[in-house]
Formats: sequence, structure tokens, C-alpha cells
Amino acid sequence: MAARNLPEDPLIRRLVIEARRAQLSRRALLTGVGGGAAALSLTACAGGTGTELKPAEDKSASDKTVNWVNWPLYLDEDESGNHPTLQQFEDETGIKVNYSVDVDDNNIYYGKVKDQLALGQDIKADTVVLTEWMVSRWIRLGYTQELNHDNIPNMKNLNPALADPDYDPGRKRTMPWQGGFAGICWNKEKVPNGLRSVSDLWNPELKGRVGVLSEMRDTMGLLMLEQGVDISGDWGAEEFGKALDVLREQVSSGQIRNVKGNSYSEDLANEDTLAAICWSGDITILNAEAGEEKWEFAIPDAGCTLWNDLFLVPIGSPRKTNAEKLINFYYEPEIAAEVAAWVNYISPVVGAREAAVAIDPALAENQLIFPSDETLAKAHTFRTLDSGEEQEFGAEFQSILLGA
Amino acid sequence: MAFGAFSSGAAPGVATVQEGPRRKSRVALFLLLPGIAYLALFFLVPLISLLLTSFMAPREFGDIGQFDYAFRWENYVKVVETYLPHILRSFGYAAIATVLALIIGYPLAYFIGVNLRRFPLVQALALVLVIAPFFISFLLRTLAWKQIFADEGPVVGALNALSLMGPGDHITGTPAAVVFGLTYMFIPFMTLPIYTSLERLDLRYVEAGGDLYASPWTTFRTVTLPLSMPGVVSGTLLTFIPASGDYINASRDFLGSTETAMIGNVVETNFLILQNYPAAAALSIILMATILILVGAYVRKSGTEDLV
Repeated sequence: MAARNLPEDPLIRRLVIEARRAQLSRRALLTGVGGGAAALSLTACAGGTGTELKPAEDKSASDKTVNWVNWPLYLDEDESGNHPTLQQFEDETGIKVNYSVDVDDNNIYYGKVKDQLALGQDIKADTVVLTEWMVSRWIRLGYTQELNHDNIPNMKNLNPALADPDYDPGRKRTMPWQGGFAGICWNKEKVPNGLRSVSDLWNPELKGRVGVLSEMRDTMGLLMLEQGVDISGDWGAEEFGKALDVLREQVSSGQIRNVKGNSYSEDLANEDTLAAICWSGDITILNAEAGEEKWEFAIPDAGCTLWNDLFLVPIGSPRKTNAEKLINFYYEPEIAAEVAAWVNYISPVVGAREAAVAIDPALAENQLIFPSDETLAKAHTFRTLDSGEEQEFGAEFQSILLGA
Repeated sequence: MAFGAFSSGAAPGVATVQEGPRRKSRVALFLLLPGIAYLALFFLVPLISLLLTSFMAPREFGDIGQFDYAFRWENYVKVVETYLPHILRSFGYAAIATVLALIIGYPLAYFIGVNLRRFPLVQALALVLVIAPFFISFLLRTLAWKQIFADEGPVVGALNALSLMGPGDHITGTPAAVVFGLTYMFIPFMTLPIYTSLERLDLRYVEAGGDLYASPWTTFRTVTLPLSMPGVVSGTLLTFIPASGDYINASRDFLGSTETAMIGNVVETNFLILQNYPAAAALSIILMATILILVGAYVRKSGTEDLV
């Protein structure tokens, strides 16, 4: 489709392109059905146009603001609800930060913004924090801007183990925010002997009291690790299928009580589940809420999954430099330590551990926040799936969750 | 309704005056315009969009969530093949919940509408109590039920103590919990329409039934029930239609589990997680069409076409 007589505005241009395409397919296939409504419904569901998206022009020099979209409870907060590190950033740089916690789920956030992204529009976010697998989709579809490393001198503090992921070689478009483990946990009163491996969850004594995560890469990652698969390496549908069989069997036999996202911690708290596949940071919070060390988290013998949430700059953001300054700020070890002390997840910043000693020496020893090399050796990243695998594996996993 | 009311009002005028009604009808059309525009914009356009989406085909070499307009009717065959248990389950749960809500709601409506007639203040208070649950978000109420039914919660504890439940049994995540949630949620929707019917019930008809040697049951069956039928029909419709499309109660995050997914949960998964928009759209159309057929048959059978 040549770009002849196309208007300048990307939205209008896209509408015209889609209208032409709809006309063609209608003529060929659907003679006379749903005429003009096709044009009205265009933006609803179609994906990218296939035309390359161009990053928005950077107006950071004149516009001293930055919109940061993050997950809830994912940044240090004082009693009055302010974010001390953000205020420090504003004081140091004079850039005003509009902080919002609009991401509660990778898929739902993606569903909200994908149509604007496909048009290259500003989604009112100059940097968003999303999980690796979702970010790899954004990169694949061209929805991210390339970072200017000159504006992020603190990139030298990035943990070398995270510097060269398969979805973004050389970290050209992303920077890690926080990471964490998915492992196993249990109620210490009801399961006094504890658990050592994922297979211990299938103990008949725990029948109907086991929870697993609806996050495919964590649940399936742990099941595959248990079967001896290197989840970062070269595996395929066969290995995935074998692990899926285990999940299907344990769900249909009633051993697994439920498969949940963030709300799994409620089930642990009200003791519907006594043992679960869970995220490391949550157990610290659960214990703090209970006021006692009621639950214990462990990395299974076969290893655990390691996930990372990443900063990225959406394609339509006109304030990329400001976003880069913000990212740079959070790569100061002292700042990273302050955040880690509050959110209880793993910081990607080298030197944060040393800085954390000044805040709380016990914190610096916590293997779930500042893991040693030995701990990290047991943690594995789920390899990036291509688009076909993402759809195929996703559908198979979800079919178990729907009981089909 | 609006169309009907107007046309019947205008019809007698046609025979007598020529000029008047035409102007009148133009005025009426003008007045109806915002309503028609509203329906066209917020009902018709999304509906057509939904219909077109349901026939879309995956783009060749496309990424996740990328589809092109086509006429892939196989989408419908595929979703029915895959999700028939969920479709049947949805209507099954909704039907049970409707019957339960009727059994609970009818006596309640009768009590408020007939027995409390002599005490207008108490009657008003009782009505407020029926509506009271709406003052709290229904998500919060459902979460509260989840806590009440939890394994270590009061209900399971009591049932265990009475040996009505074994130690391994539980309530949350079972079909019973989902049907309970649906019933609970729709009791006010069932009670209020029946109440409005019964409130107008002329008790002298009931007395007459007794005078003619009908037993109380026969009187109820032949007098009270037929007179309250409009309320029963609208109550069951207000319960059954939203209940069959409900996806909160059956959601794994609330009262459901992997065994209880209803059609709404399937649509949610396909739309939000799998980005399989055609499947989600096809399921929505199937849900809508099935409800339309079921409701049409029901209304026809209960002989109250004039009501709906």
C-alpha cells in the first residue's frame, strides 16, 4: 500500500490505511456486510500496521516533567504517602515527576495502551515498568525507544549478569528496575517439616491445600526445572508439554486448590492454602502483616525462576531524556538501597548491598533482597518465547486454568 | 416502549386531521433523536464491531493479537468445540441461581408487599434493607464471602464440628460457592419486581378464592401467582440474563476455581491474556444469541409478551 495522498496525522493516516484494507477484504469476502461500521470499528482490534513506527520528537529540554507508570507498592513511601527518593530526584534535577501506579497486571495494562502504541501515540507515560516477557513483546513490535546511554552514566552500576539479555542485547532499550524469585513457601505451623522441592507440594497430606501462580513462566518454569530442564536454554514444546501434564494432573486430581495471580497471598493468609508456588518479596510482607514468621520461603533444590521488571520508554513519549535521567538516578547505589529496603525485591544495582549496610545490616544479609552469587546460581531466567510459542504455550496453559 | 406509546397515541388523530399528526410525528422524531443517536453510537456500533471481530482471521506471520478482517466462520465452530462445557455450565449455574433466588425472593416480596401493608413505615424500612447490600461494592461483598467460607473460617469450622463436612472438604472454589454467590447477588433483583406486582394485589380476590372453597394452595396457584406473574417474569429475567454472563463470582480470584469457569471467564481470558479477540467476540455473540433465544421462548411461554 503506497503512502499516496495520506494525511500527516498518524491517527487519520492509520484510519485511511485500514479503511482501504477493509474495503479490499470486504469486496473479496463479505460483499455488503457491515458497510460503514467497519471504518468506525477499525482501531478496536487490529494490531500493528506493518509500517515502521517512529519515536516521538524529544521535547525534554523545554518540558521539565516526566510521567512514570509503575506497579503499586513498588517504590519507597513514607507515612504520609510521599516517595522520598522521588522528591530527592525532583530537588536535584528540577524535573517534576508524575508518578502513577497504573500497572496491576502486564496483560491488562497492555490491553489498555496497545491501540495507541500501534499508532505511535503518546500513552501519557514516559517510562513504564513491565515484566521481561511483556517487554520483549513491546520490543518485537517496535513499541519502545532506544535509550541514549550517554544520559545514563550510572549504567556502569548495572549487575553484569543482567547486561546482555536475549530480548535486548546490550540493554539498548531497557533497564532493570527490580527482580525477584519465584519459589515455594509454606505455613510453618501446619507444615512443620517444610518443603525441599516442587514435588513435595504433591504430598497427599497437602491435598486441596496447594496454590500455584497464574503467571505461566513462574509456575511452568519451576515445574520444568523440577524435571531437569534448563529453562534458560534450548527447550521446546516437548519439555513444556511434559511439565504441563504434571500441572494438569495435579489440578484435575484436586491436589492444587487454585491457580491465582497476586491474590494468592490472601489464600495463604486465610489458610485455604498451606503451601504454594509464590514470589519471594510477598512472603516478607505476609510475615510482617502477621507480626510473626508464620511462612517460610525457599528456593527448591532444582532451582527457582528469576524474573525482572524493566524500565522502558514507550515509542510515543516526547520526554525520553527526562526518563533517562530518572533511570540514571535510580542507579545510584544509595538510592537503590533505599528502594530495596522498602520494596523487598532484588536490586539490579551493584553497590546497593554495601549501601544497604548503612541502613540496616540485617537487610544486607537477606538472601532474597541481596542474593549472594551462590543463591543466584540457583536462579534461572525463563527463555524468551517467540510469537508463535507465546500464543501456543499461553493457550495450553490457560486451558488448564479454565478447566477445559 | 417509547415507540409503541407514541404510535398508539397518534393513530386516532390520523383519521380526523391531516396536518396535525405529521407535525406531531416530526416533533416526536426530533425528541427521539438523542435516544436513537445514543443507541446507534453506544449499542449498534459496538455490536457491529463485535460481529466483525468475531469473524477475523489471524494475520499471516502476524504477532500475538494481530488479526485481519475476514469471514472466518470456523471461529464459531472452534469456540463451541473448545468451550461447550463452559457454555452449558454458565446457563446451568444461572438457572439454578434463578430458581433459588425465586424461592427466597418470592416469600420475602410477599411478606413485604402483603403482610406489611398495614405498617407503611416498616414496609419502607424492609425495602431499604433489601436494597442495603448495594451500598457496599459488590466486589467487597464477594471478597467477604470468600473469607467467611475459607477453610479456617467459621462456616467450614461449624460444618466440620457437626461432621457435615469431612476434614478434606472445602467450600471456596466449588460450584456450590459460585451458585451461592450468584444467588446472593441477584436476590434484590428478584425481590423488587415481584414486590411491585404483589403490592398492588387486591386481597379481595384472595378472599373470594376462600369463599369459593379453594384451599390456600389452590388460591395461591390460581389467583395470587398469576396476578404476580409480571413481577416473576421480570425478576427471573433480571436474574438469569446477568447471571449467565457473570464472571466475578466464578473467577478464580473470588469464589471460583479451575472447575467453575463460566463463559464470562473464558471471554476474559481470551480477550485479556491470550489476545485472541475473534474467539472472545464469537463467544460473546453466542452468549448473546443464546440468551435471546432462551428469553424469547420463556416470555412467549409465560404469555406476557406485553410486559417486555
